[in-house]
Parts: sequence; C-alpha cells; structure tokens
Amino acid sequence: MNLEESLAGKKGMENNMDTIYSLMEKVLPFSWVDYNFMKNALLAILIITPLFGILGTMIVNNKMAFFSDALGHSALTGIAIGTLFGISGSNISMLAFAIVFALLLNVINRKNTVSTDTVISVFSSLSMSIGLVILSRGGNFSKYSGLLVGDILSITVKEIGYLAIIFTGTMAFWFFGFNKLLGAGVNTTLARSKRINTNLMEDIFSVLIAIIVMSSIKWVGILIINALLILPAAASRNISTNMREYHLFSVLIALFSGITGLIASYYLETATGPTIVIIASVIFFITFFLRTGKK
Amino acid sequence: MLKSGDIIAPDQDRACGLHCIKISDITVRFGNEKIIDNINLHIHCGKITALIGRNGAGKSTLIKAILGEHRHDGSIEFTNLRNNTVEELTIGYVPQNLNIEKNTPMSVFDLFAGYISPSPIFIRKNPKVYKMLKEQLSIFDAQDLIDKRACDLSGGELQRVLLSIAITPLPKLLLLDEPISGIDQRGMELFYENIGKLKANYDLAMIIVSHDFDFVSKYADHVILMDKTILKEGDPKEVLSCDEFRRVFGWEEGHGE
Repeated sequence: MNLEESLAGKKGMENNMDTIYSLMEKVLPFSWVDYNFMKNALLAILIITPLFGILGTMIVNNKMAFFSDALGHSALTGIAIGTLFGISGSNISMLAFAIVFALLLNVINRKNTVSTDTVISVFSSLSMSIGLVILSRGGNFSKYSGLLVGDILSITVKEIGYLAIIFTGTMAFWFFGFNKLLGAGVNTTLARSKRINTNLMEDIFSVLIAIIVMSSIKWVGILIINALLILPAAASRNISTNMREYHLFSVLIALFSGITGLIASYYLETATGPTIVIIASVIFFITFFLRTGKK
Repeated sequence: MLKSGDIIAPDQDRACGLHCIKISDITVRFGNEKIIDNINLHIHCGKITALIGRNGAGKSTLIKAILGEHRHDGSIEFTNLRNNTVEELTIGYVPQNLNIEKNTPMSVFDLFAGYISPSPIFIRKNPKVYKMLKEQLSIFDAQDLIDKRACDLSGGELQRVLLSIAITPLPKLLLLDEPISGIDQRGMELFYENIGKLKANYDLAMIIVSHDFDFVSKYADHVILMDKTILKEGDPKEVLSCDEFRRVFGWEEGHGE
C-alpha cells in the first residue's frame, strides 16, 4: 500500500466515524454525546460487554473464573517484560505473555498431578510478583497504577477497530466451536468418543480469553476485569434454563450494566469500570433472589 | 479363553456376529509405572463383555485407552469377517457421571445436540435436530426429558440420556462405565434392561465395567477379571467361581468394590 492509498484509507475511516458520530448525536438526545470520548467509550462498551457476556457463559460453566483472574493479573508481567526489553508499546509483550501463560497452565493442568486451583494460584502470584518487582524498580510504579482501574474514556478509534476485529473472530469461533467446547467441558472422555479434539478446543478458548482480557484490560482495569467476565453470566444462570436463554440474558445484562454504568459514571464523576461492576452486581443479586423466590 | 463358535449370534437379524474387534497387547504407562499391562481382547458384535476387578485395577484406564484418551502401546483392529476387510471402528461411550454443576442452564437438548450436531445450540433449537434427538431419546423412554435441565435429572434419568447420546450415531463398539452411585435399585434394573434391549436390537459389541455380579451372571456373555493384566476370562459361571475371583473379592463377600 503506498502513502496515498493509506491516507485515503484513513480519510475513509474518518468519514465513517463522522457518520457514526452524527448518527449517535441524532439518536441520543443527551448532553454527554457532544463529547467524542464519550461516544468512543460507548462504542467500545457496545463491543466489549457482549463479548464478555458471551465468553463468561463458558468461563462460569467450566469453572474457569480463577483462570481468567490469573490471566488478568499476568498483564503486569507482560508489561514489565516489555519494558525490560524496551519494546515500544507494551501491548505486544502483554498479549504474547498472556497467551504463553494460558497455554502453559493448560499443559500443567493436563498432567493432572496437582489441583488446578493450586497450580493457577502459584503461577498467578509468581507472575504478578515478577511484574510488580520489575515495574517498581526505582520507585515509579505509580506510572502504571492506572492499569489497576482502567480508563475507558481514553480509548481511541483505532483501538475500537481492534476490538471489533476480535469481536468478529470470537463470534466465528463461537459459531463453529461452541457445541464442541461445551461437550469437552461436560465430559472429556465422552467428547473424545464423539471425535472432538478436546485439548484443541480448550487451548483455543484459553487463548481467546487471553486475547480479550489483554486487549480490554487498559480500558477496564486489572482489578475488575474478572468481575465483568463473570457477573453477567453468573446473573444469567439464575434465571435461565437452557443455553439460548443463558447467552441472551448474559449479553443483555452485560450491555445494560455497561451502558448505564458509563452514563452514571459520567454524571457521578466516578471511574467507569467499577461503576459498571456495581450495577452488574446489583443485577446479580436481583436475579439471585428471583431464583430463590421462585422455589 | 475365548469361546469358539460364537460367530453367529442367535438374533442374527440385528447383530450379525461378523464384526470382530481385536484388541492386542494394550499397555498404558503413567511415567514409568505400568497401569495396565499387555491386555488382549477379542470381541464380537452382539456380545456383552463385562470387565470386573477391584478399585484401581485399571478398568477405566483400559476403556480410556480404547477411546484413545490415554497413550498406549498395542493395537486395536476392527474386522468385518464377512469379507475380511479392516474397517474404521466407531466407539460410543457411556460415562459414569457428568461434570455439571447445580443450576447449570443446559437442557438435555443442549447436552445431546452439543455432542452430535454442528448447528450452534446457543443461537437456536434447530427443529430438525430436536425431532431427531427426541426419537433417539424415545428408544430409552427418555423423550419427555428433552427440555429439562440436565442438572435436575435423577441418576437413572441421566443414565438413559447418556445411553441415547452414546448410540447416536450407532457405533460398532459401546463402552459403558457402570454407574455406582446416585441410582436406586429400580433405576439399576432399568439400566440393565436397556442394555439387554440394545444387545437384542442393534448390531454392536459392548464392553461394560461392572460392579454388580448379579448383572454379570445374568447378562454378560464373556467376563474378564483384571488387575493390571487379565487374571481370568471366560463365561460368567467360570470366572465368578474361580480362585482368582475369590482372591480378589473374597474379603468383601463377593460383592461390590
């Protein structure tokens, strides 16, 4: 691609964005829509939260909450390794480390010698500590403390584009792989008798979680990313009886928490991520009481 | 010892007895330790082979080795004796239980379709698949369970669903890990009746890991007593009264693991 073409491409994207922006301004009669950063944040939330809602269903089903939590924490190590080798932009090192970390956990898990929780816990603490030690050299960890809570208002159009690509990839995997992934989680041996490559499915799923956690951690924050993955699915379980309801409610709950959380955080001047988590938690408790009330 | 002359099964409409599965020299190692050692089996369609032995004798390991889940030495060959060709062996498996937590939003349809259909179950309940599964479930009188949550089923109900899953599509070899808990007496009887039904109506061979010697003496055509390796094999009467059997189970008055 020569310069002219790439410039044209960029122009095209800007035009597209302008169309989306003006559309949003027309549809949403709120004062916060005037700010581009709010529009970007809203777009990002419209992509991230359904993604989390969908992925969360299988994370909860396969009892992988601890695993995704550990992955989130490993982001620190990835960034630290990046700074050590002087890689510009810590995204690549963070992503690479998380993928290696996820696959390594799967390998150790399959050896079946130690309990999964113990393995994950050991690796998670070790990798987080390594990250903290490296990043706190010379006493300037505060530079990275923003990562703990995240800041969705700082997301750029390009980064929204990346999220959209990841969203498409995940949906493709879900479309072709979900049945197999579910089967592998329910009973490995049964799945193998049906010619499902259980290890491959698990590995793809783990890598997918790693990619999604790493690509959204800057916006959502290390401390709360797992809550966002788990809560919508956990709430949805309380009111669903099959996989279709499970997915539908999980996505709706994730979207609702995300959008209302963003708007609430704008008016309350609070951090967006934690606000979303509080709303999702309230929904969890409501569905929980709906379920116990039904019995 | 293999019984000779069992080539033609009595119910020759269904089980032709002409399919032969030869399992040779199966050895499974975990590290340096041999979990099972040099197992040889010869199985024909229309026959039930019962696998018995104490806990940790390697029964489940053998099942998983046959399924290819454990790496093993030796070979498994499936021959059609009618024209002496080697064919691909399809295997069905009925596990003891499933890894489903309480309150999991997965219906029996989801569980079943997840294993046998590529149509993504999180999007819609494919009516064609739904109809087909209902028919398959009705073989074991489980068609009314299709919209129930799998985690709410009783042990016996789940077992019937698992049997349906295992024989869809119909395999040449069916491996069953007999349930040991969560099923009452009535449920167990029904389970054995269903296995008898399978034997009578379908062209498949069965290997069942069993802990119930009443069942073994009543239904099995061939019994294999194993402890890492095969201690004794033969017809039920022969095996259940042999010295090796008494040595393995003697202190438990011949019942259960």
